[in-house]
Amino acid sequence: MIQRTPYADAFTYFVMILGFILLIGPFLVIIAGATQTLQQINSVPFRFMPQGQFLENASAAWARADLARAIGNSFVMAGLITVGKVVLSAMTAFAIVYFRSPLRHFFFWAVFITLMLPLEVRVVPTYNVAADMFEPFRLLIAFVTGIEVSVEWNLLNSYAGLTLPLIATATGTFLYRQFFMTLPDELAEAARMDGSGPVRFFFEMLLPLSRTNMLALTTIMFVYGWNQYLWPLLMVTDPTYKTTMMSLSALVPSENATPDWNVTLAGTLIIMTPPLLVVALLQRWFVRGLVATEK
Amino acid sequence: MAEIDIRAARKSYGKNPTLHGIDLNFQSGEFVVILGPSGCGKSTLLRMIAGLEDITSGEIAIDGRVVNRLEPRERGCAMVFQNYALYPHMTVAGNMGYALKVAGVPKPERERRIAETAKIVGLSDYLERKPAALSGGQRQRVAMARAIIREPKVFLFDEPLSNLDAKLRVTMRAEIRKLHQRLSATSVFVTHDQVEAMTLADKLVVMNKGHVEQVGHPLDVYHRPASTFVASFIGAPAMNLFESRVEVETASAYLGGAPVRLPSSLAASLRGKDVTIGIRPEHTIVATKGPGVAAEVDFIEELGAGRVVHMLVEGEPFAATIGEDLNVAPGDRVSLDLPLEHLHVFNRETGRRIDPSDLPADAPAQHCAPLLTTP
Repeated sequence: MIQRTPYADAFTYFVMILGFILLIGPFLVIIAGATQTLQQINSVPFRFMPQGQFLENASAAWARADLARAIGNSFVMAGLITVGKVVLSAMTAFAIVYFRSPLRHFFFWAVFITLMLPLEVRVVPTYNVAADMFEPFRLLIAFVTGIEVSVEWNLLNSYAGLTLPLIATATGTFLYRQFFMTLPDELAEAARMDGSGPVRFFFEMLLPLSRTNMLALTTIMFVYGWNQYLWPLLMVTDPTYKTTMMSLSALVPSENATPDWNVTLAGTLIIMTPPLLVVALLQRWFVRGLVATEK
Repeated sequence: MAEIDIRAARKSYGKNPTLHGIDLNFQSGEFVVILGPSGCGKSTLLRMIAGLEDITSGEIAIDGRVVNRLEPRERGCAMVFQNYALYPHMTVAGNMGYALKVAGVPKPERERRIAETAKIVGLSDYLERKPAALSGGQRQRVAMARAIIREPKVFLFDEPLSNLDAKLRVTMRAEIRKLHQRLSATSVFVTHDQVEAMTLADKLVVMNKGHVEQVGHPLDVYHRPASTFVASFIGAPAMNLFESRVEVETASAYLGGAPVRLPSSLAASLRGKDVTIGIRPEHTIVATKGPGVAAEVDFIEELGAGRVVHMLVEGEPFAATIGEDLNVAPGDRVSLDLPLEHLHVFNRETGRRIDPSDLPADAPAQHCAPLLTTP
């Protein structure tokens, strides 16, 4: 039931503008604050007009939070997570959709159930495994043979530890699965008739066809990887592996120091730029990959 | 060039049998058309030959080699799919050359063969296009070219023309026929379109509900349908079928109360039996008056080259084709003459055709035989 009356229109616009302000407001505060001087940002009322102080604030923030290293680490972490997820979920979906195995449904549901278990829920056991990778094997060996083996193997303070536990993804698998299921069966059959085996079919048919899908997934997963906070906080004690989200706290002025929120906001702006750029560059494919299926 | 032997091939999905023991032999170089309504198992049979479906039991041999356990690529078949199944991200040349690329044919040779094949199907100017930029007919050609380029022993066509418009279908049909004459590879063509079947086939296989109903030359199948199913499935408009008991006194069947004379060779042995009798609309003679089966005109279809009169005989539909000179209108009463040489007689219980040659040559003699041997 869609009616067009002036009142309904006005109300619709009101709600829309309200929502827009809610979303864009904090962002405007960051842009304005990051460009102001210490005096300007601490004056009341807050002025939303950007000033010319951004470069000074940014370099102060850069030095204070050691952002060069943190951004480098974050890029490595988000990049590895993205690549890992895009590759792994493509392969998982390929197996689930194209292989007739009696365990197909079991694996499908196993992947599905992980949707209900995000990292935050299983953070303690996951940390346990990451901190002592050999533990399950040691328990198994002890159970079978009664021999206690001592092997020191953990992922703490390493890129592997930062990324591996986050790579398995149900979302990505589903995105690929839905896409693969829209492809006609005849495509796989034609490839089979042409003599192509499963590996060839995967690389020469499925991957080129799911390009938009991969770009959409890249967008989501890069932002996801970049925004990770809890997991790096647990895995990393060595400052050389610090990520941007952890360095955000270093940017907040401490209680008795100068309230230089302008520097904090400038640092924040730097940190939020890479995911913004990724979304801006890939959003065309992002929408196409999620909404339409290209054939 | 290859002979295909199908021996007692069965297919079931779970507990549902779809094919109940198919025995067929296709000669080398033959153009075989498998015709049947949807769900009769014709595509399944084709896919079993191709290797896309497992064979539940029985054997399929290509060129004397049992292929049951061979991968599709090892069987030497090429297939054209109903929806073409072109690779959307590859150019026409890429689509055509993919099988060769997989087979490891070196690039110069591959390009030579792509150019040659493109010339055969008339696609030379489109080699760099993607399938999305082609018309339906061109896509169909790419699908054919993809099959031809491999120089397969066997061509398999799975309703390849059903996605085309009527005019293009006629053109492509002729092209497929020409192509077969040129390449003379064994071809198996699955369709539900009887015109395609009649025009293309050297050998026609009619299937129904997972059984083979009849195998033969298309004209034989048309003129001597082996069962009531084949009789009603082939020919448009469909053959008129009516049930009757053969009367002992007159050696005639009855339709609408009027006697229909049967060939004497048949009538003698069928006396008192329940039969189904068929006659094609084009063999039914319609007259505005005179003796014969009384019928009422229901409606008329104009075909341009003639007309089809749909009538009711005792409430049952009955069709006949007539020339333009006969003037009838809906509601008219007409009389039908059913010439006995054009009648088809079927066993009512089994639905199988009854031919004079099938009957015991001398029916009474058989009855007498035991008498002679009794002491």
